Amino acid sequence: MRAHYPMAIAALLIGAGAALAEPESTDPIKLTLHDWTGQLITTNIMAAVLEEAGYNVELVQADYLAQFSGLESGDLHVAMELWETTAAEAMAASLATGNTVSFGPTGMQGKEEWWYPSYVKEQCPGLPDWQALNDCAELFATPETAPKGRYLGGPVTWGGFDAERIAALGLNYEVIHAGTDAAMFAELESAYQRRAPILLWVYAPHWAPIKYDGEWVEFPPYSVECYTDPTVGVNPEATHDCGKPTGDIMKVGWAGLEGKWPGAAQAITAFQITNDEMGAMVGKVDVDGMSVEDVVDEWMTANEAVWTTWIQ
Amino acid sequence: MTPWRGIWAGLALVALGLAVLASLPAGWLWPPQAMQVPFAGWLTAAMTWLTDSAAIGPVTVKDLTRGFATLVEAPYEVVKVLLVDGITEGKGRRATTIIPPLSWVAVTVAAVALGHFARDIWLGLLAGALMTYLAVFGQWDSAMVTLASIAIAVPLGVLGGVALGIAAWRWPWVERVLSPVLDLMQTIPTFAFLVPILVLFGFGPVAALLATIIYAMPPMVRVTIVALRAVPSEILDFASMAGCTPGQRMRKVMLPVAIPDLMVGVNQVIMLSLNMVIIASMIGAGGLGADVLASLRQLNIGGGIEAGLAITALAVVLDRLGQAMSERVARAEVRQGNWWRRHPRTTLVLVVALLTGALGQLVPALQDWPKAWEITTKPFWADLIRHINLSYFDQLEAVRVWFLEALLLPVRRFFLGLPWLFLLAVLALAGWRLGGLRLAGLVLALGLFIAATGLWELAMITVYLCGLSVVIAMLIGLPLGILAALNETAGKVIGAVVDTLQTLPSFVYLIPVVMLFRVGDFSAMIAVVLFALVPAVKYTAHGLRSVPPELIEAGVVCGCTRAQILRKIQLPMAVPMILLGLNQTILLALSMLVITALVGTRDLGQEVYSALATADVGRGLVSGLAVAAIAIIADRLIGAAAGRARARLEVA
Repeated sequence: MRAHYPMAIAALLIGAGAALAEPESTDPIKLTLHDWTGQLITTNIMAAVLEEAGYNVELVQADYLAQFSGLESGDLHVAMELWETTAAEAMAASLATGNTVSFGPTGMQGKEEWWYPSYVKEQCPGLPDWQALNDCAELFATPETAPKGRYLGGPVTWGGFDAERIAALGLNYEVIHAGTDAAMFAELESAYQRRAPILLWVYAPHWAPIKYDGEWVEFPPYSVECYTDPTVGVNPEATHDCGKPTGDIMKVGWAGLEGKWPGAAQAITAFQITNDEMGAMVGKVDVDGMSVEDVVDEWMTANEAVWTTWIQ
Repeated sequence: MTPWRGIWAGLALVALGLAVLASLPAGWLWPPQAMQVPFAGWLTAAMTWLTDSAAIGPVTVKDLTRGFATLVEAPYEVVKVLLVDGITEGKGRRATTIIPPLSWVAVTVAAVALGHFARDIWLGLLAGALMTYLAVFGQWDSAMVTLASIAIAVPLGVLGGVALGIAAWRWPWVERVLSPVLDLMQTIPTFAFLVPILVLFGFGPVAALLATIIYAMPPMVRVTIVALRAVPSEILDFASMAGCTPGQRMRKVMLPVAIPDLMVGVNQVIMLSLNMVIIASMIGAGGLGADVLASLRQLNIGGGIEAGLAITALAVVLDRLGQAMSERVARAEVRQGNWWRRHPRTTLVLVVALLTGALGQLVPALQDWPKAWEITTKPFWADLIRHINLSYFDQLEAVRVWFLEALLLPVRRFFLGLPWLFLLAVLALAGWRLGGLRLAGLVLALGLFIAATGLWELAMITVYLCGLSVVIAMLIGLPLGILAALNETAGKVIGAVVDTLQTLPSFVYLIPVVMLFRVGDFSAMIAVVLFALVPAVKYTAHGLRSVPPELIEAGVVCGCTRAQILRKIQLPMAVPMILLGLNQTILLALSMLVITALVGTRDLGQEVYSALATADVGRGLVSGLAVAAIAIIADRLIGAAAGRARARLEVA
């Protein structure tokens, strides 16, 4: 039933030396699982590494945003992927209680921006420059938005200041919010099959920019001042006249974790992975159909030199 | 009667005129800011108090609820070891199985044996076939996780429901307290109370179990109260004469007599528990719900459908077995001889379980269905949607645009253009006409509550979307229900479709719908209609079928044509039941709000969802209460109308 773990065998060959430190407590460390592949991979890698160090690990399915109350009370211990781009508010509120602490960035950068499939460029050659968008508004329009172009934004809760951006840059577009990312990518899949024009919010690391051939719209580069100071940027009278910031993907956990399992806290803090590595693994699962376990095993075997330093 | 018809027509005209012709200033349309009450803040504070510092003596509420969670967790763990985990050594990735869980062969044989025990071999074969479906389509492991939680949630929901129902039957004050609580349990969207539940009961499967029980139990309580009331008084008198104590009377006389009615409640508990599978998986239940969500996030529509149908298969197995068991109770069979002779089926299942468990070490196919033999329909579904998308998108788009421009947008404008005081006055008037001053007062109070939350505009969008969906669901459901009642073959087909729609998670068809109709109100409406259709069909068919045959014969004798019998006898007689169906349709439409928020509507459902996203407990609860207020207003008005219709029928 269980997959074959070359890892475990490798560890046996090296000898008991693999368990570098005695675990401070054998209580299970609870890591949260959400519903997107990248997060499953990140969490499973962390779990595998902690298990290599001798810790008892438990993976718990928990809602991305509902999990904070669990992290604060110590019911849950570690959340491996909190995107500054989508969970900033909830994360700040939670950290402010003092019951959760940040274990630093994962090394991955969440990128989110307006995106279009490559074939759209044939009809709108000025892309990816944002200034070409107004010439192509008709192309992206639907009966409800015409003559304005239709931009499919993320769920309302993701924020993103798209309405402000449209106003500040004088874009002839209307934001239609998708309720979930599943719905958003369903529309992309549909349009892509028909080779129909579509302009939407895409983020990375995610399987969509791997599976579909397309490009990000190039807005004036983001700066903190651009969001706060009207005079900065192309429109001297408005804020948000630039692209979106990229955001760290953070690790956050229960404040008591460091006291109870100091070695684990150190390993979690040390965990680092790059966008490219993650993108490749997400592609293997979501596009090529490999199982998460196999992809994680592959990474563990190939990167032993990396993760052993985390648990020293 | 006649002057009132004129008055209602006049009010409708005034409403149209107000909403369409005169565009009133916003001050008239929506309640003033000044009357807003900061409910959200209060509720957040109350919740913080409840979860952090509330205590009964030295024990905090949180300790109590956590203790309760541990109690529920113990049996769940046992079932999970049996069905899912087996007994293992070590943890996580290094775990090695010492004793495997029950093999797929053993569980399937057990399902067949149960079916045979409960009714006959055909039921057994049906149950066995559906279990085999789970194995063949690679859903086994997840299905067993779901089955383990259902196996705990349903008995707890049923027992709790019966206990509360008995209490309410015995002490009227319990019923008075319970009734509004049940209304709230059923109508507040689950997302609204998710965070408090997680805090009180901890993360993981137990919280998901309890959320499921909260959602699934209310019908059991109601059915129990009704069933106990329906026990004939002669039987009660007989029990008293025989010298039963009140406890004996309940256990030995009343409950057995009420069993057929109680089984209706059990059926509802099973169906509603399976409805919660998706939401439960978001807070730690795992299983099939998690598979549906994960598949659809990868746009793996076939995977979503297969996992969704696995939920339906489980529902069918559990429901049919449950129904058959209830009918069986009467005829106990007596066998002679050894234990294994007296219990041939139990013996068979035990032997198969042990044998496959032991042989499974040598022949793995006996323990787990081999991956290589799994069948999948994923490419078929992907190609089907792709084909429709490529060939018919333009036509579908035309349909969508027509619906939007001719129906959705005008109705939306109408509801957003109605002044709030006018609407409240009309509702109160309707309440007064249908149910007297009490009902008028209740409707007015609930309406004012919505006004005071400051969510009036969102509430109007909710009313527009749900109202329109309910009208369309009734327009489709009534004829289908009539057809199902008149024609037996059609009845069977429609029954199967309706059962599937009720248990297939709506998320499964939501994503293909979005692919063909884009995100927005139209897609949301399709999803709501598909789900809310179920009671419209079921209650209409049931109402028509229960018209007394003498009445129909009388019609035949009088020389009525079939159409006349239907129009003049059957339909009028079925009106109270159809109104009950309408009532349920509205409740189901409102319960879909949170799902429609997932395709980008901007109503109360979205407010609940956003509140969860910002961890704002109070805001979520207030929006949930506003949804409940709308549901209760609709429920009471229609209930009163149904009561009047019934009274008229009895007079005639």
